[in-house]
Amino acid sequence: MIGLQHYLILAALLFAVGLYGALTRRNAIGILLSIEIMLNAVNINLVAFSRYQPGAGLGGQVFVVFVITVAACEAAVGLALILCIFRTRRTVEADEVNLLKW
Amino acid sequence: MHFAQHAYLAPAFPLLACGLILALGRRGPGQGAYLAVGGMTLSLLVSLGVLREVLARKGGDFSVFWFRAGDMQLGAGVLADPFSAVMLLVVSFVGLMIFIYSIGYMHGDPLYARYFAYLSLFAAAMMGLVVADSLIVLYMCWELVGLCSYLLIGFWFQRPAAARAAKKAFLVTRLGDAGFLLGILLLFFALGTVHMPSLFAKADAGVASEWVLVAAALLIFCGAAGKSAQFPLHVWLPDAMEGPTPVSALIHAATMVAAGVYLVARTFPLFAAVPDGPALSVVAWIGVLTALIAASIATVTNDIKRVLAYSTISQLGYMMLGLGVGSAVAAIFHLTTHAFFKALLFMTAGSIIHATGKQDMWELGGLRAKMPITFVTFLCGAAALAGLPPLSGFSSKDEILLETLHVSPLLYGLALAGVFLTAFYVTRMAVVTFLGEGKTEAHESPMVMTGPMIVLAVGAVSLGWLGTPWAPLFQNFLAGHGAEHGSAQAPNLGLMAASVGVALAGIALGYSMYAKGVPSPAALKRSLCPLYVVLSNKYWIDEAYQWAIIRPGLRLASLFRTFDEEAVDGAVNGAGKAAVGGSWLSNAFDHIVVDGLVNLVGWTTRQAGAVGRFIQTGLAQDYMFWLAAGAFILILIGWFGP
Repeated sequence: MIGLQHYLILAALLFAVGLYGALTRRNAIGILLSIEIMLNAVNINLVAFSRYQPGAGLGGQVFVVFVITVAACEAAVGLALILCIFRTRRTVEADEVNLLKW
Repeated sequence: MHFAQHAYLAPAFPLLACGLILALGRRGPGQGAYLAVGGMTLSLLVSLGVLREVLARKGGDFSVFWFRAGDMQLGAGVLADPFSAVMLLVVSFVGLMIFIYSIGYMHGDPLYARYFAYLSLFAAAMMGLVVADSLIVLYMCWELVGLCSYLLIGFWFQRPAAARAAKKAFLVTRLGDAGFLLGILLLFFALGTVHMPSLFAKADAGVASEWVLVAAALLIFCGAAGKSAQFPLHVWLPDAMEGPTPVSALIHAATMVAAGVYLVARTFPLFAAVPDGPALSVVAWIGVLTALIAASIATVTNDIKRVLAYSTISQLGYMMLGLGVGSAVAAIFHLTTHAFFKALLFMTAGSIIHATGKQDMWELGGLRAKMPITFVTFLCGAAALAGLPPLSGFSSKDEILLETLHVSPLLYGLALAGVFLTAFYVTRMAVVTFLGEGKTEAHESPMVMTGPMIVLAVGAVSLGWLGTPWAPLFQNFLAGHGAEHGSAQAPNLGLMAASVGVALAGIALGYSMYAKGVPSPAALKRSLCPLYVVLSNKYWIDEAYQWAIIRPGLRLASLFRTFDEEAVDGAVNGAGKAAVGGSWLSNAFDHIVVDGLVNLVGWTTRQAGAVGRFIQTGLAQDYMFWLAAGAFILILIGWFGP
């Protein structure tokens, strides 16, 4: 029926989508969203292994709780950074924030 | 006091005097003159002591060990026998007279002290030569007298003629000395010793082959010919007259030039070891040729000292003739008498030069009245030179003529011709210088000069009585008391008459030509013009040497100099330039290669940076991309890699 591999494939696809988005979206908030997608893909992976891997126990699910927490913190910090950049540069386009360019 | 054993004291005293004079200089007693005279007086006393002991047959050879080199051992010592006793006496006595004479002659000369130092050194060396019993010691003293001759001929060295003459004398005698040294070495290698008595014993015993003895004898004769101014090495003696006249008297008349004769007499056993060998004939013929050549040149010479120089060469030729015909005794006898009358003649010439400042006989004249003592002593010397009996020159010259006749009538005839020429030129000099009208101011010389002249005149007149054919005391003494010797022959009155007659003929011609003008010298000069030209140009011998030896030698020297300046200096400068070029190369290498490499590293780094910085786009997403890509690669490596 629906086995482990379906979830893994799903998680891989999600990760790929998230990676692609993180690398190509211009809007900084879009990038943050993509990073969230990547993190969620990882969560799916962890839960799937917890559910379908014999003898895995609840470790996966516990780990997921940690990941969700960290993702939340990281999103907060990221948004704060974007807000600061917007206040000084009046833009959220990732292309335009290249002061460290050579 | 054993004088014979300590005969080395004779040369030692003048040597000491020389040292003291050089040390004290003008502050010494009599500005050094008294030291010199004192030294010579002591030598004279030693010589008299040696003579007394040799007469009492207490002489001999006293040799001490000198040094050892490997298995060769050299000794040095004194040989006190009749020859050396006579020579010591001659050198010290005539030398003393000349030293005293020099006090007057050199008075006022700025280098007065040095003159006496040189003279003393010469006397020391000459006496050392005479008493040496080893050929090496003799050679050392030989060279030393040559050195003193050089120093004294060139005494007034600011005069270029004197400096040239000194150089010429030294070089010409050096040529002879080279032969002499070769002879000594040959003898040493053939017979293993240089100690003369041992050498002669071995030679007589036939240890060495004949040709060795002949070669050694001829080589030694080379040295004698140089020192005694025999043809062809006679060219230095006339020029040596540039030196002060007492020097000419002592060195170039009485003693140093006689050293050659003495050497041959000393080494006579070598010459006589090969019977009918060529050595003695060479000596005799060169002697008689020299006698004639020099006497002929003297007949047309105008400088009074040069006349006497050629006369000396001529008389030395007679001595060599005496040796060559086998009688060393006759030669030494003539050497002794010649020392007296020739030194005397030079002293009179010096007296004239000192008084008038002139040397050309044609500028002088009538000095008989103004310088009577000089005139009378001159006559004594001149008569002895011409060979008039009963003066000394007659006895000794006749001795030589007697020996010559017994060996070769041809040689005797040539020698007799020389007697004629001798009488002629000395009469010419006497007449032109002393007779006639006075052409110049003159006064007699002081006593310090005329005194020695008178003493020598007495000797010149009376020494002959020691060796007459009826009572050959001198000859017997020299030959070693009764040893076989030619004078044991009966006196040959015909011979004596012949030589006296020839001498008188020469005097008569000279007097008649120059005092009376019959035949007129000018007319004779015109009619015998070619002969006159040859003689007055001294047979062009000097010019021949100049052309054949000196100019090629100088050209060779300049060739060497060019080589040195161009090739050698060029090589050295080239090495310098090469070093500079090498350093330039090194510099370029350092600049281009080494600095280039270092700069290359920097440049590469910068270029890498210039390329690498484009990664820093400043865009977060690019960084994220590289992050993802790197993670991906690591996963791949972890999955598929090692």
